[in-house]
This record gives sequence, C-alpha cells and structure tokens, in this order.
Amino acid sequence: MSSFLLQRLMQALLLLLIVSMIGFAILHLAPGGPMSQFAAGGDMTQADLDRIAEQLGLNRPLPVQYAEWLWRMLSGDWGVSYRDQQPVLHIIAGHLGPTLELMLTSTLLAMLIGAWIGIIGAVKRYSIFDSMATIGTMIALSIPTFWFGLVVIYVFSVGLGWLPSGNRFTIGDGSFLNRLHHLVGPCIVLALVSTAVWSRYMRSSMLDVINQDFVRTARAKGVPERRILMTHVLRNALLPMITITGLHVPSLLSGALVTETVFTWPGMGRLFLDSISYRDYPVVMGILMFTAVMVLLGSLLADLLYGVADPRIARSGR
Amino acid sequence: MSLDPTLDALSARPEGFWNGRGMRRFRRHKLAVFGAITILLMTLACVVGPWLLPYSDTFIDIRQRFAAPFGGPHVLGTDPLGRDVLARLLMAGRISLAVGFCAMVLSMGIGIMVGLAAGFYEGFIGAALMRFVDAMLCFPSIFLLLAISALISPSVPSIVLLIAMTSWMEVARVVEAQIRSLRTREFAQAAVAMGSSNLRIMVRELLPNAIAPIVVAATLNVAHAILAESYISFLGYGIQPPTPSWGNMLENAQSYLTSAPWLAIIPGAAITLAVTSFNFVGDGLRDALDPRMDQP
Repeated sequence: MSSFLLQRLMQALLLLLIVSMIGFAILHLAPGGPMSQFAAGGDMTQADLDRIAEQLGLNRPLPVQYAEWLWRMLSGDWGVSYRDQQPVLHIIAGHLGPTLELMLTSTLLAMLIGAWIGIIGAVKRYSIFDSMATIGTMIALSIPTFWFGLVVIYVFSVGLGWLPSGNRFTIGDGSFLNRLHHLVGPCIVLALVSTAVWSRYMRSSMLDVINQDFVRTARAKGVPERRILMTHVLRNALLPMITITGLHVPSLLSGALVTETVFTWPGMGRLFLDSISYRDYPVVMGILMFTAVMVLLGSLLADLLYGVADPRIARSGR
Repeated sequence: MSLDPTLDALSARPEGFWNGRGMRRFRRHKLAVFGAITILLMTLACVVGPWLLPYSDTFIDIRQRFAAPFGGPHVLGTDPLGRDVLARLLMAGRISLAVGFCAMVLSMGIGIMVGLAAGFYEGFIGAALMRFVDAMLCFPSIFLLLAISALISPSVPSIVLLIAMTSWMEVARVVEAQIRSLRTREFAQAAVAMGSSNLRIMVRELLPNAIAPIVVAATLNVAHAILAESYISFLGYGIQPPTPSWGNMLENAQSYLTSAPWLAIIPGAAITLAVTSFNFVGDGLRDALDPRMDQP
C-alpha cells in the first residue's frame, strides 16, 4: 500500500512541477509578458518601465524568475489582484464555495441518473431503451453547455416560470429553499455532460463484469438474478467509476465556467471571465493554476480511493 | 489493435473501397451514415447557400428588426439589426466548419509528431514528452483557451492556432500507445535489421499501421474543435464580429431570450447537429476500422 501511495504521490508532484512550468511559460511567452499591462497605459517612459521591471524582478534571467515565482506560489503568495489589491488566493477562496456547490450537486445528480441509465442499458442490451440511451448520450456530449443553459432558461424560466433565470439566491432572501430553487437550473445544465459520461462508462463497465466467471458461477449456484446484479455485478462495476469521476474533473470545471456565466452564478468561472475582461493577470493565472491543481488532486484522490476500495490494486503495486 | 497479428494481416488484404469490409461495417452503422450525410449537406449548404439567398449576411434592414421565423420573407427571422438569420447562419457555418477542420489538421499534426517521437524514443525523451502531455491535460480546456486568448489578438487564424494548441494531447496519447506496441512487432524489427533510418521506420513503417485510430481521433477532433470555437466565441474571446460564427451569433442571444428566442435556438441547434454528426461518424469509424468488430 505505502509503496503504491508513495509512487503515486511522486508522480503527482512531478506533474505539478511541469504544470507550474507551463503556467509560467504562458505568463511570460505572451506578447509583452507580465510588463504588457504597464506598457499598454502609454503614459510611461522607458525609464519608468525599466524601474518597474527592476522592482518586480522582471529583468533577471528567466530560470531565476521561475524559481522565485514557484517559491512564492508554494509559500501561498499568489500575488495581488490589479482590480482591488486583494491577495489572489483570498479572492479565489471567496468564489470557490459556489463552484464546489454546483460541481458536487451536479456530480451527485449525474451519478444517480447516469448509473441508472447505464445499468438498465447493460442489463437490457440492444433493447429500445439501450439504443435510445446510446443516441441520447451521444447528443448530450455534443450539445454546447451554454446553449443547453439558454434552452433551460427559455423553457423553465421564460416559458413556464418554474425556475429563476440566474443568481444564487434572491437578494434579501437567502433561505435554504430559495438557494435550492436557484440551484436546480445550473445543476441540471452542468449534470448533462456528466450524466452522459457516467451512463456510457457504467454500461460498458457492467458489460465487462457480467461476462466474468464469478457471475456465471453465481448463476449456476442458483443465486437470484436480482441479487447477482446488485451484489456481484454492480459492486464490481462501480469500481472503475471511481477513476472516471476523478478524470472527469477538468471537463466538469470547464462546464462549470460556462454554466456560471449563463446563470450569473458567482463562482470561480465567472471570476475568471471577469478577471480576463479586466486584464487582471494575477487572478487569471492564479485561477488557471488553481484549476490545474484541482484536476491533479482529483485524479490522485481517485487513485487512492480505488486502492482503498480494491485492495488488489494497492497490493500488486500496479 | 488486435491481439493476434495474423488477424491484422488478413484484414489488410486489398479490397474495393465501397464493398470492402470496413465500408460494410460503416454502412451498417446507421447513425454514422446519417452523420456523414448531415455533414455533407451542411457543408454544401454553407458553401453554396449564401449565393442562392436573396439577402446577404451583412445587409442591415432596420425596418425588419426582430422578424420572427417562418412568417415572412426571412425564413429564419432577423436579428436585432435586421440581418437575415439564415444568411448569417450559413456564413457562420463556413467559418465554424473551416475553423473546426483547420484546427483538426493542425492539432493532428502536432499530436502525431509528439506521439510518434514519444512512442519511438522510449526512455527519457518518451517519458518527458508524455509527462508534458499529462501536464497539459491538467488544465481544464476552456480555462486554458480563455487564458491564452486574452493574451493574443483574436483573428480567425489565431483562433485556429489556439484551438489546435490546446487539443493535440489526446491525439498524442493515442498515437504514442499505438507506436509503442507496433515498435516491437516483426516488421518493425525487420526494418531496423535492414538498416532503415529512424525517420523512415517511424513514417513509412509504423505510422501507416496506426492509421485507423488516427482517423477516428481526427473525426472526433473536428467535433471538439467546433465545440471549442463555439465556447470561446460565445464568451466573447473567439471569432470577433462582424465575422459571424455559430458561437458569436449566440453571444448576445441571452439578452433577447424573452423577445427573440430564435436568435438563441437556431445557431445552437446548428452547432449541436454538426458536432453530433461528427461524433456519430467517429463512432462508426471506430467500429468500421476495428477488425475485431467483424462478427457476423
């Protein structure tokens, strides 16, 4: 167990190092680099620019700058926002809650519906339900999330008036029910792609397990079909889904950005877009790095959980 | 792909294009055929359509603002400036499909080169390249697209480059896995024994044998690129007006959702149709090009 854990941790750390290099490269290889915001003002002389570069350490060799930047990142100093001079980490922390709320609830919804579709599809393979579900998942994976959001708003907010068309709660009414009511729309929109992913992988994972020897043995022993499905097949088929959920974090984050924009949800995605339009690079880079770390943590956590759920993996050391 | 090399050798027997096994398998896949026909029709409509329409996509007719679809001379209605939505949809289709296709070609080029090198040079170079691929995949695609697009000046070529730069990683993974397994096969070792140069082995021996998954990846890549373009254009950092694209036609549609819902519904439906079609074709190709699927 420990050698597997250690190996996996080392891999994640190495990846984090490369991720940080890419982040630093994006920041510096862009035309003008970090200095472009000062030069863009137009009211500074070259001497002024040189002095700022000197103060910010931007005239030193790139490897030195990278080392300093990495050290600051590791010690929690992610710079301050150009917009309101707040520390970047502080700003991100303030917007993380709504995004996590959206991501977790929609993942839960997607797991329940997606697993259900996948299980029925695998048990009744090639049935009408199965082929409809296959076509449905393919379409769900092809619909632009923002457009699906617009359609949901058009149907349920503009047309039927059942759901609010945006925001996290009505101003002056922050009750639980009010928040829940506002959560329904964005949660459904964000869950669409995840549901499709879950049902697809759940189906193939079920089919993998159904054909295995121990399932045939259980059938031969005369175990009731329902019991075979629920205990023998489902439990084993759910194992790979841990990995799928972990690997789905990047597309979930991308989806969250778009969903938040359409539903004016005050999360990290909205903050990212706002910061881009303000050319607030410290926040933009901060969020970019933060999401990459979230993705890394997601896959690391999935691997560790898999090791806990299936001791065979951890023991064999993969 | 298959475990048994002789099976591959059998299926590599020369056959006619239309009655070949692969084609038969593809045609059996009804959705893939539907997708292929849809793509052809959409491309044809976008290329020829604008010449046949009485309105140009840039013609502004203030008296006809917000005309509803299916009720007047404008078949799909007009936008807030009185421009014909159908004309704009077709012109936007040219841009979006072209961006999708060009971005695919570019990202396939990058992905194949990286995958080829990583699969062939095992050891440090291969490991370093693949860790770079892993690291690039840590950035959620839209965040990466937006962060870079904010730093460059938006134009059609730069958007193509941007999408290609952020979508080659999956291709590299597919190619790397293929090359790594093909490398140890007899024909590759025979080429080494005959003294072929590394480049020749990679390009003439290994790459042609990995073509099936590459074709599948390319098809799915077009779908991905069209989606990526629509996302960043919708968010305002992609193709800039007045050049229309399916994504930027939706950019301000949300504010007219109550008064002119067709402005939001129509371009989104076009994107969904195009992307679904490419995905169906990719799925069908995967089945058609995989010899293991050839059960009666």
